[in-house]
Amino acid sequence: MRSLVRPALSLLLIFTILTGVVYPLAVTGAARLLFARQAEGSALLRGGRVVGSSLIGQPFDSPRYFWSRPSATSPHPYNAASSSGSNIGPSTPALSDAVRARIAALRAADPTASATVPADLVTASASGLDPHISPGAAMYQARRVAGARAMSEQRVRALIERHIEGRTWGVLGEPRVNVLLLNLALDEAR
Amino acid sequence: MSSNAVSQVILFLFALLALALPLGAYIARVFSGEATLAQRALGPIERGVYRLAGVREDEDMPWHRYAGAALVFNLAGALVVYGLQRAQRWLPLNPAHMGAVSPEVSFNTAVSFATNTNWQAYSGETSLSFLTQMLALTVQNFVSAATGIAVLMALVRGFTGREAKGLGSFWVDLTKATLYVLVPLSFALALVLVSEGVVQTLTPSLSATMIETGATGARAQSIALGPAASQIAIKQLGTNGGGFFNANAAHPLENPTPLSNFVQLLAILVIPAALCFTFGRAVKDRRQGWALLGAMLVIFVPLVFATVAAEQAGNPNLTALGVDASASALSSGGNMEGKEARFGITQSALWATATTAASNGSVNAMHDSFTPLGAIAPLWLMQLGEIVFGGVGSGLYGMLVYAIIAVFIAGLMVGRTPEFLGKKIEAYEMKMASLVILLPSAAVLIGTAIACVVPEGARAVANPGVHGFTEILYAFSSGANNNGSAFGGLTVNGRFYSTAIGLCMLVGRYWVIVPVLAIAGSLAKKKSIPPSSGTLPTHTPLFVGLLVATIVLVGALTFLPALALGPVVEHLSLAGR
Repeated sequence: MRSLVRPALSLLLIFTILTGVVYPLAVTGAARLLFARQAEGSALLRGGRVVGSSLIGQPFDSPRYFWSRPSATSPHPYNAASSSGSNIGPSTPALSDAVRARIAALRAADPTASATVPADLVTASASGLDPHISPGAAMYQARRVAGARAMSEQRVRALIERHIEGRTWGVLGEPRVNVLLLNLALDEAR
Repeated sequence: MSSNAVSQVILFLFALLALALPLGAYIARVFSGEATLAQRALGPIERGVYRLAGVREDEDMPWHRYAGAALVFNLAGALVVYGLQRAQRWLPLNPAHMGAVSPEVSFNTAVSFATNTNWQAYSGETSLSFLTQMLALTVQNFVSAATGIAVLMALVRGFTGREAKGLGSFWVDLTKATLYVLVPLSFALALVLVSEGVVQTLTPSLSATMIETGATGARAQSIALGPAASQIAIKQLGTNGGGFFNANAAHPLENPTPLSNFVQLLAILVIPAALCFTFGRAVKDRRQGWALLGAMLVIFVPLVFATVAAEQAGNPNLTALGVDASASALSSGGNMEGKEARFGITQSALWATATTAASNGSVNAMHDSFTPLGAIAPLWLMQLGEIVFGGVGSGLYGMLVYAIIAVFIAGLMVGRTPEFLGKKIEAYEMKMASLVILLPSAAVLIGTAIACVVPEGARAVANPGVHGFTEILYAFSSGANNNGSAFGGLTVNGRFYSTAIGLCMLVGRYWVIVPVLAIAGSLAKKKSIPPSSGTLPTHTPLFVGLLVATIVLVGALTFLPALALGPVVEHLSLAGR
C-alpha cells in the first residue's frame, strides 16, 4: 500500500503541472499568436467602441430592430455572465403560457403578421445567448421593421438575404441570421 | 425525415470511422511499445516522469495491486479537487473573486471529476476560479480518462496473457495514455476550436455597450470569458463533459459554429470508437474489434434517427398555439425550446444521442426541454451502462463484460463451457460480470425511488407531475453511469442531491473498475485454449446479434417500468390532448 502512495502523489503533481498549467498556458499562448480576435471573445467594434461580440446575442425590443430569440438567463435576459436555458419541460403549462405571450407580443407589434410563427422565434434558446434566428424568423419580422423605419419592405428583405449564413459545406447545421449584425447593418443602411 | 438530416448523420458516421481507424492503430502501437513518432519526441519526458515518480517501467502488477494503484491515485485526485474549491478564495488566478464552494457541492464535484462523470452541481462562470478550472477540473479531465484507458489495457492483457501473474503497470499505462494520446490530441483540437471562436484567455470578461437598453435599464453587457478551449478539447476527447460555462456546449463561446459542433461531436466518440480497433489489434484478430464496434452502431444509429424524428415532430401543445414546427428552407421547425438556432434539430438530436452513448454528458441543447420521446434514447443509453461507445476505455471494458455475458448465455443454450478469445469463462468471471451490470442499475433505481419519497428530493424538481419524475430518473441514470448530463431543471446543489448523486457516481465507477480488473486478473492466469469446432466465433454477425440482444434485453427488462412511468406517460398525455 505504501509503495503505491509515492507514485500516486508524484504522478498527480507531475500531471497537474503538465495538464493543468503547461497545457492551458501553451494553448493560450498559441491561440493569442494565431487567433487573437477569437481567443478574446470575437469583439465587434463600431467607432472604436465594443458594441458586443459577434457570437453573443443581445436583447432587442423596439419595433425598429429585429428581435432575438427569447432568453431564459437570470436575473435578466441575455445576461452573458450567466448562461442558461429555461429547462422547462414540454408538457409544463408554464411553457405554453410563455409561448402564448410571445406570440401575442409579436402580433401586437405587427397585426398583419401571419398566425403561424417560426418555432425558434418564440422558444428560449439553450444558452440564453443565442446570437441567431432562423431566416424564417427574420422574414417574419421584416414588415414590422420596415414600417417602423419607413424603409421599403423589399429593402429590408434584401438586407436579410445578405445576412443569411448557410449550412457549413452545404450540409452541417442550419441556415441562420446573426441578429446583432443584421441590426447594425440596418442602422448603417440609409 | 429530411434528406439533409440523413446527410448530416451519415457524414458524421463516415468521418468518425475515417478518424477512428488510424487512431486505433496508433493507440495499439503506443501500448505495445512499438516506436512511434510521438514516442521519439516525447520519450525523454516519459522516462523523466517515471524517474521523478519512482516508477519501475517493467513492474507487472497483479490485479489487486493494479486496482489499488488506480484507487489511490483517484482518491488523491479527488482530495485535491475538493481542497481547491474550498480554498479558491485565498488562491491566485481568481479575477472574478469567487468565494469558497459549499462542502457538499465540493464533494460532489470532486467525485464527479475523478470518476469521469463531470456532473455539474456547480455553475462554471459564477462559482469557480480559473485556478480551480485549470488545476482541478482540467487535470482530472485528463487523468480520469487516462484511468479508463489504463483499466481497458489491463483487461486486454487479461485476454492476451498466458498463465500470467500480472496485468502490467497502472502508472505506465496512465502516463502513456496521457502523454501520447490525450495531450497531443487535445492541443490540436483546442486550437481548431479557437479558430472557430471558442475563447481562450485569462481575461475574465469582455465589456460591451449594447445597441439597445436591456431589461436592467443599462446598456452594458458583461460577457464572461476564460481559458475555455483548452478545457473543452479534453472534456470532449476524454468523454468528460463538464462545461467551462453553465450552458456547456450550447454556449456560443464554447461551441460557436456548426463546424465547431461537428468537430466536438467527433471528438466525443473518436477515442471510444478507436479503442475497438486497438482491441482488435491487441488480441491479434481485427475482426473482434469490428464486431464490437458493429454492435455499438447497431444500437446507436436507430436511436439517433428516432431522436431526430421525435424532436422534429415538435411539441403538440405549442403547435396548437400557432407555432410552425414544420421544417422548411427558411426555418428548422421542430421542438426548439432549449436549442440553438445554429444547430437546429439534427445537430442537437445527434449530439444528445452521442453524448449519452459515450459517457460524455456535455450538452448543446437542454435535455430537460426535449420531447418525451426524444428524451428516451438519451436516458436509455445511459441506463445501459455507457457501453455503446461509452467512456474512454470504460465503454469498451463495459462492452466486453456484456460480451462475456453473451458467450455465457450462448454456452448455456448449447450446454458447453463458454469461452471468449481462447479463455474459459467460469463461475468467478460470471459473478464479477453480474456485479458490473447489477450495481449501477441498482443505484439508478434505488436512488430514484428514495429521491421520490424524501421531501428534499421531490422539492427540487422544476416541472410538476410526470416530467418531474423523469428529471429525477435522469439525474440518477446520469450519475450512476458516469455520464454527467442532466435535466437541468432539477436543483442539484442541495445537500441531498449533491450527496446522493456523489455516492452513485462512486458506485458507477469503482464498483465497475474493481470487478473488471478481477476478471482481467483471473483471465490472465488461465491457459489459452485453441478454438475447436464447438467454439462460438465472436466476430460473426450472429455473435453481434446475440450481443445486441443481450444488451437490449437486460436494458429493457431493468428499465422499462421506470421509463413507462416517466417519458412514456408524458408522451401519451401530450399526444392525447
